[in-house]
Amino acid sequence: MKQLVIDFQKCDAGRNCNHECEMECAIKVFKVDDPAQAALQIKAYEDGGGKAILCDQCGDCVVVCPSEALKRNKLGVVMIDKQLCVGCYMCIGFCEKDAFMRNPDWIVPHKCTSCGICVKVCPHGALSIVDVSEPAVRII
Amino acid sequence: MSQLVFDPSKVMDIDYTQRTEYLDGLEAIKAAHKVLKEITYTPSLPDKGYTNRTLYVNVGTHEITEKPVTQQMKDVFIGGRGFGLYHLWNAVKSTTRWNDPENEIIISPGPVAGMTQYAGTGKSLVVSLSPQTDIPIDSNVGGFYGPLLKFSGFDALELQGKSDKDIILFIDGVKGIIRIEEAPTDPVDSHVLAEVLTHMYAENEKDLPNISVVSTGAAAEHSLIGMLNFSFYDRRRKCVRFKQAGRGGIGTVFRDKRIRALVVRGPKVAGDLNHPADPETIAKTGIKFHKEMRENDGTQCMMRRNGTAHIVEIMDAYDLLPVHNFQYGSHPDVHKIDSSYWQQRCTQHTVDGCWYGCSMACAKGADGLVLKTGPYKGDMVTVDGPEYENAAGLGSNCGVFDPDYLLELNFYCDTYGICTITYGTLTAFVMECYQRGILNKERTGGLEMTWGNAEADLEMMHQMARGEGFGKIAGLGVKKMKEHFIKQGWGDPQLINDIGMENKGLEYSQYMSKESLAQQGGYALTNKGPQHDEAWLIFMDMVNKQLPTFEDKAEALYYFPLFRTWFGLNGFCKLPWNDVVPADNSSQPEAHKVPEHVQNYVDLFSATTGVKIDKEELILQSAKVYNFQRVFNIRMGKGLRLHDAAPYRSLGPVTKEEYESRAERYDQQIITEMGLDPAGKTTEEKMALHRQWRTDRFSKLMDSVYTRRGWTLDGVPTLARLEELGLDAFPEVVDVVKQHL
Repeated sequence: MKQLVIDFQKCDAGRNCNHECEMECAIKVFKVDDPAQAALQIKAYEDGGGKAILCDQCGDCVVVCPSEALKRNKLGVVMIDKQLCVGCYMCIGFCEKDAFMRNPDWIVPHKCTSCGICVKVCPHGALSIVDVSEPAVRII
Repeated sequence: MSQLVFDPSKVMDIDYTQRTEYLDGLEAIKAAHKVLKEITYTPSLPDKGYTNRTLYVNVGTHEITEKPVTQQMKDVFIGGRGFGLYHLWNAVKSTTRWNDPENEIIISPGPVAGMTQYAGTGKSLVVSLSPQTDIPIDSNVGGFYGPLLKFSGFDALELQGKSDKDIILFIDGVKGIIRIEEAPTDPVDSHVLAEVLTHMYAENEKDLPNISVVSTGAAAEHSLIGMLNFSFYDRRRKCVRFKQAGRGGIGTVFRDKRIRALVVRGPKVAGDLNHPADPETIAKTGIKFHKEMRENDGTQCMMRRNGTAHIVEIMDAYDLLPVHNFQYGSHPDVHKIDSSYWQQRCTQHTVDGCWYGCSMACAKGADGLVLKTGPYKGDMVTVDGPEYENAAGLGSNCGVFDPDYLLELNFYCDTYGICTITYGTLTAFVMECYQRGILNKERTGGLEMTWGNAEADLEMMHQMARGEGFGKIAGLGVKKMKEHFIKQGWGDPQLINDIGMENKGLEYSQYMSKESLAQQGGYALTNKGPQHDEAWLIFMDMVNKQLPTFEDKAEALYYFPLFRTWFGLNGFCKLPWNDVVPADNSSQPEAHKVPEHVQNYVDLFSATTGVKIDKEELILQSAKVYNFQRVFNIRMGKGLRLHDAAPYRSLGPVTKEEYESRAERYDQQIITEMGLDPAGKTTEEKMALHRQWRTDRFSKLMDSVYTRRGWTLDGVPTLARLEELGLDAFPEVVDVVKQHL
């Protein structure tokens, strides 16, 4: 399956960039001029380290979705069907990585779909899309 | 007792998509339907939780009318059970009985119902005059009917009158059509009927989840204990499943009106159909709760794995599990039907909420059961549950410890349309009567009703469905069986009354209350009868030890019935309130109230309706409806102190073997509680001491609780209490009370 990964050897958690990845995602994917609505979030720690909140396509949200709005596509990426979503946010609450996002203006939540738009704009080349095997379905 | 750890490798490998299908006759059944009345209307979605209209249907005259929801209805009765009681009060007279045409069945979901962001928000409240108690019964049920009814445009559905032929009421909330159809050849039992109707009224496969069916089954026609199945379409199993409005015989009223089914086709559900005042607060509160479920459920109740059956072993360990008609509180074979078994037997690879957004997901299902008896022998079915009440009632209370038989009993109760709790308690009573010679093979028409005889148990249920033999007598319920057995001279009247576990005509649900004074009151000092949904205090009292003093118990019997009433006014389920709690709950003041969750409910109500409340106002909302219901009972000839009397089996040991099985405990109580010396006394003498002490204590509890509730010592709400609650605005309510002051 296609998975977005970040290399923190290269990413400096936004200290020397303009969070291009978040901006590009927000503008191109979600059509909003607000990086806080991007499907990946880069956080800097005081100790100099950092953290990326992003979806690894683990599929836990597919298991808990009551309306079958979440399914893997041919690339193994978990996609949301807005027509089926009932806005319950169990996907958000059960995501251990906090990678399912919610824009207060939208009823349907959103997440990273490994589209790679962010990869192209990272000035440090820290982001990439990799092909990994799908994890086994968990009972949650 | 150690915490059970879930082991996914032990879950049985059962294909949850496989079961017997019943759609072959669908076209012929549909062709036989005949439209008796059809109207069109304008569908509408709620505004701040209310659609502001209700639907009245008279199944006898075919009158179909809309009624406005007034501000007074919202202010005083809120919705759900409150709306049900309000409509029922206006529909009946003090002389009305369950099978009179003016009796109604009211279904109302409540203003919060249909919310998808918080767990347990899809409930319907069903109210009617009960054939078992002759007073209002209310039942809180999941499934999709209530929310889809509201999203079709109605805050409540009132059903009145009696049809002379079997009918279906169809509400199409998308096209704006309401239709009464004659249904002459429809299947009778719920698991077949609801599957057929769901497919009949869905426009295509994608439409299946937008259909919900209310139905009952064959046994509801021949007994007084009929219940209603509320369906929901299980997308993963690709089948119709049910939650039950079980208690008090509403299914019997349903069939007496010759209603075969109610069908609603609602719009596609989305997260904002309630049009709440403050969606952001709802979203944040819901997500917070979902996270709590994810983080805490696995180390707390494991509701997502076991459903409510998780407490079978806890009740057994604390000597609180009903065994052999509430004689004993534990049994060595309980491990065969406790949650260590059910979490292997129930399907774990799917989503088991009975409404969208229920992260608690307790509506477990056991798939792949091949039936051994009855009209569906050989069929492969999915069984809902077993919930705790079913495992205890159909299982330990009757001595049935074979899980497959327990599932089959559960299945047939559901499809025949009878309450599992009621059936469990009445069968336990029958079995004890058999044990004690009050019944024998001749009197039961050949049924050997010995403890654990599941085949005889099932045959009694099949008889109930056919309206034959001893099953028909059993279907009258414990109260009427007691009267019948005494009239026949089959046993000592006092013994029969002591062991018949009913109060107000309703059978006890499945907790041993002998050692829990709080639960004794929680059962008997109720409005509708001994159902734990009003005051499930046994866990608080006996396991968590949070009600140590007499005063604590009396106060709990003020607060919790009101707090829990509120769930039913709004369309909430009770389980997410305290079956998982915040990690720091035990360090909070009044931990037994789960203060953070109470605040969640305050926030969810305020955010839905735009009416700002606090936790005190929440209790006040309930108190209005609770006291109104008490006065309603009085109006119908019950609701006084004498009707709150408890069978002695619920208070203490009735028989010598019960006493002697726990002699150490009872002897010790003679010393510590009565200040006497048990030495040298016979068991009979000690039992008499206990009876005196226990009945006195219960009577004192009644005094304290009535006083705290603002009632006279005869159990009548005082005029001052009515004024305090604003119920003096209803002169007819005041008139009822004045006759008893």
